Amino acid sequence: MFKKEFTPGSKSKVKSSAQRAIRTKVLETYPRLEPHIDELLPKKEQLDLLKIPDRVSLYCLGTTPLFWQHMDDAIMPHLQVVHKYPWAFPRIRIDRGAIRFVLSGATLMVPGLTSPGGRLPGDAEAGEEYGNGGEDLQPGDVVVVEAEGKENACMIGVLKMGTREMKEKKKGVGIENGHYVGDGLWKLDIS
Amino acid sequence: MADTATQAPTDVRPPKHVVYCGVCTLPPEYCEYGGTTKKCSDWLAATHPSLHRQLYSADAAAASLSTLSVDAQKRAEKDAQKKAAKAEANEVREAEKRASSKIIIKRVERNKRKYVTEIAGLEAFGLDLKKVAKEFGKKFATGSSVTKTASGGEEITVQGDVSDEVVDWLGEHHEEIPEDNIEQVEDKKKKSAPTV
Ligand SMILES: [Zn+2]
Repeated sequence: MFKKEFTPGSKSKVKSSAQRAIRTKVLETYPRLEPHIDELLPKKEQLDLLKIPDRVSLYCLGTTPLFWQHMDDAIMPHLQVVHKYPWAFPRIRIDRGAIRFVLSGATLMVPGLTSPGGRLPGDAEAGEEYGNGGEDLQPGDVVVVEAEGKENACMIGVLKMGTREMKEKKKGVGIENGHYVGDGLWKLDIS
Repeated sequence: MADTATQAPTDVRPPKHVVYCGVCTLPPEYCEYGGTTKKCSDWLAATHPSLHRQLYSADAAAASLSTLSVDAQKRAEKDAQKKAAKAEANEVREAEKRASSKIIIKRVERNKRKYVTEIAGLEAFGLDLKKVAKEFGKKFATGSSVTKTASGGEEITVQGDVSDEVVDWLGEHHEEIPEDNIEQVEDKKKKSAPTV
């Protein structure tokens, strides 16, 4: 999604009605953010909308990027938000070998998730972090991607394939066009 | 649904505070994948020594490789070397480019006694044209904007004759730009009918 670095387009203030709608949408998509929402999107503070390339809207609070949305797709948190509240998002884990591919903007392939270092819901070792309450994740779900041996997430994206199918096929595309640490959105200077 | 009740207590934990690398901006645990690992490591050692110990100890390095096959280890190593070499070459190229780049500050006569100042070449020194244009507008209390040049590039156009002030500003805020790389020129607009 943001493989190339870019400069932001116009910046505008988000109307309070739109701001409320964003808050609702965020909570609908990520209900586990509920305890943090006042801290994350304070009701009285002014959100800014930054237009960035490829029809992406980025919502910021001052110089802090919070959420972005490509056209009418799901609203997604910036990875800095994920790093603050990792427990609020469904998470999966890639093995160590896949990290350098993800960080160079490559498509995340399923073997990086089904190998011994990877974690998916339903795995014996998934634990609370990656277990998703025992539920498989569906194609189209937004997931945070963590990495073997690392504490913080390296990517967030939309699943191309459900996690049950991944475990059966053990190949194919897992996530395309995610937002990863070090990409253009990550490096964007908002000031 | 039953889950939400059991998860509720853990949900109220305070946000995590993540340190980001002052060199490559990533969480330091991912610095090894950029091309600036050496610099990143130095920065972390100076600013967060305990985190540095944790990430750069021999144990950590061994652990990070142990789960990869020998082949994958070799590839990862080669990859890291390539990246480092590329980053270094890039830096050298940038430095060379900088040394040979010129900032041209041109005073252009619009009408009799009316001037604009065009400043070209700032981007070669890593300056953000939009920000600088805004800053000039504020500082000189005048119109200032980024404009397209005939050759397809961009420059800053400031209303009024502020050439000397721009030179001073550069000296004050961007000492890294050598004076020799800043040039002031005068451009009398060529009138269609030469007047004497
Ligand atoms: Zn770094």
